[in-house]
Amino acid sequence: METFFVFFLNGISYGLLLFMLSSGLTLIFSMMGVLNFAHTSFYMMGAYFAHALTGVIGFFPALVIAPLLVGALGAAFERYSLRKVHVYGHVPELLVTFGLSYVVLEVVRLVWGPANVDYRVPEALSGPLFTLANIKGQGLSWLAGAGDAAICAPAAGNSCTQFPMYRGFMALVALFMLGSLWLLLTRTRIGLIIQAALTHPDTTQALGHNVPRVMMGVFGGGCALAGLAGVIGGNAFVTEPNMAASVGAIIFVVVVVGGMGSLAGAFLASLLIGLIQTFAVVIDVSPVSVLQSLGTTVSFEHWAYPLLKISVSQMAPILPYLLLVLILIFRPKGLLGTREE
Amino acid sequence: MSNATYSFRPWNVGRFVLWSLFAIVLLVAPKLFTSSLAMTMLTQMGIAIIVCLSYNMLLGQGGMLSFGHAVYSGLGSFAAIHTLNKVGAGEWALPVMLIPIVGGIAGLLVAALLGAVSTKKSGNTFAMITLGVGELVWSMSLMLPEFFGGEGGISSNRVVGQPFLGITFGPQTEVYYLIAAYCFICTVLMFAFTQTPLGRMLNAVRDNPERVEFIGYDTQRVRYFAFMIAGFFAGIAGGLYAVNFEIVTAEVVGAQRSGAYLLFTFLGGSLFFFGPIIGAVLMVLASVLLSELSKAWLLYLGLVFLLMVMYAPGGIASLLMMNMRVAAYGFLRRLWTSYLALAGTALTVLTAVALIVEMVYHIKLNEALGPVMTFAGVSVDTQGRDAWVGAALLLATGVGLFELSRREFVRQWGRIQEDIEAEIQRREGL
Repeated sequence: METFFVFFLNGISYGLLLFMLSSGLTLIFSMMGVLNFAHTSFYMMGAYFAHALTGVIGFFPALVIAPLLVGALGAAFERYSLRKVHVYGHVPELLVTFGLSYVVLEVVRLVWGPANVDYRVPEALSGPLFTLANIKGQGLSWLAGAGDAAICAPAAGNSCTQFPMYRGFMALVALFMLGSLWLLLTRTRIGLIIQAALTHPDTTQALGHNVPRVMMGVFGGGCALAGLAGVIGGNAFVTEPNMAASVGAIIFVVVVVGGMGSLAGAFLASLLIGLIQTFAVVIDVSPVSVLQSLGTTVSFEHWAYPLLKISVSQMAPILPYLLLVLILIFRPKGLLGTREE
Repeated sequence: MSNATYSFRPWNVGRFVLWSLFAIVLLVAPKLFTSSLAMTMLTQMGIAIIVCLSYNMLLGQGGMLSFGHAVYSGLGSFAAIHTLNKVGAGEWALPVMLIPIVGGIAGLLVAALLGAVSTKKSGNTFAMITLGVGELVWSMSLMLPEFFGGEGGISSNRVVGQPFLGITFGPQTEVYYLIAAYCFICTVLMFAFTQTPLGRMLNAVRDNPERVEFIGYDTQRVRYFAFMIAGFFAGIAGGLYAVNFEIVTAEVVGAQRSGAYLLFTFLGGSLFFFGPIIGAVLMVLASVLLSELSKAWLLYLGLVFLLMVMYAPGGIASLLMMNMRVAAYGFLRRLWTSYLALAGTALTVLTAVALIVEMVYHIKLNEALGPVMTFAGVSVDTQGRDAWVGAALLLATGVGLFELSRREFVRQWGRIQEDIEAEIQRREGL
């Protein structure tokens, strides 16, 4: 039970990280119609910039500065490259971001080398936030920090599960950022202009707003979101040149499953995939073991044995993609999507 | 339906000459380039031409940007190598020269299965789905080592079964001619496909899907059929890959290979039928020669790709065709000075950029070898200030001069286009 709870929280914090990435992608997509293939490259840049800045100015200033740098780079890319391609249509737009992802990957390899860099969780945020202890005879109880050594000692026979403080920090930053984004979009004048430029670009332009500059801002903002996700995700996971590609496909799955252009859908899908991926890793059940508990034994020689012996935990990497296929079959417009095509 | 009117179509001499030339090039190439390196590259080019053309069926003709084309060629490879092993074990009797067809059928079946899901959408969503499906198959390949061979892959031997007319496929030359024959036939078939009603509808679906729906066609079905046919040809290329290399590892279904197909098909030119052929040749040249030359070759490739998308979205083929048009009106000689200036300044920029990149790479990777490296036959001290300042100055000069000559070129080019328009109007008036 206590492991379940901690896994649930882990899944939520991973899902929130995914949402930080997919929200930027969705914003850019619904606003400009551009599918930013290099979105996770900006995520990677955020992680590497934070790694480089942490050594100079410390983690918390880097938490602010690295996303701003990434956002500025994103805006510059929009201004000097993407805008030029805009006239050719959506496929070249996607292609130019695809090319950018190659360049960013190679530049990162060039500057920081092909292996992973030592980007660590800061001292102040490492260690467990709380411990859930399942004490014999008393049930579950919360313990602050690492918990009482006497209770959690192996000899005591109680089972303790720790929840890392950094995971809590990740979730907090994500929630804070998403809340402020929501307020910005719905409660401020800037947000009104962005919303207007989203649905009626020509009218907004006629009212005297510089729509291309708004778009540049949105692109830069989306990239900054990805950069922030990189800053807090890079040290929770691994900071290496492959990190962009490994999370990139999952982000795309999130956006399609949630429904193209739907922020709420992306939120739901992010949490769903975050939870699925976290829980699948620990479920060690395969069709063979299920059949065995039902009284049927599948022999090694059976042709389907290699397929049936795969356990859910082994299947964890493909579950998001299976979800994608299932959604496309049963609900092609996505969970909360409104667009048919 | 009988045609009441008699329509006369003249013998298309240009087309006949072009196809004959293509066949002759395929036949003669191994006689001209006889080294074993050239031989391996030629065989790979033959395979790459088929797969890039099949990819362009989606990208260029159908407007479908796929990030997972390697799935179909890769699974074709696996089907072919397993068949080859069965033939080798004496369980199945199939001539080796028909094994690529097995790959093609496998590609077709997989495309029929996965395409039913992928082609439900078009445009950006299609691109994302193909990426997801590609990742699905790639992850599956790691989970099923029984079929995909795990880390080591599946190896085989192509010299099996009864030799046909004395052809055993032992020597590389015989494999080359097998691949060349497949390459020619597949190219002809894929060109023929563009002329069929389905091929034409595919273009219509790319250009204006709404209108296609209005006149009563199902755009999804058109995309689906094209997707399956593209899968078939990709599978044939995969089968040839299996016969050529005699080993297939899981990386043939990976995203990197799909990305390479996309990149080089686009570089070659997706707007013209022959564009991907150029792209395929470039793909083999780059991955064999360029990767030997520099560790940073993917960086150069990415930069070239970016510039190509920004300034020439039709790829090399469209650049060629635009100059052909200028040449056809006899204006090309006005441009040669501009071209010379552009080439010279571009070379300067390239040298400077390459020098900087290589110096950074040298510092990062070869520190143990000391600070001095050789660049284009010159030894450069990467620790000294001279090299960096020199490279920066060279870059600044190159970029400045390039921009100047580019502006002049754009001006001339615009004037020539106007002249061509005027010439066309004059001829119409005659």
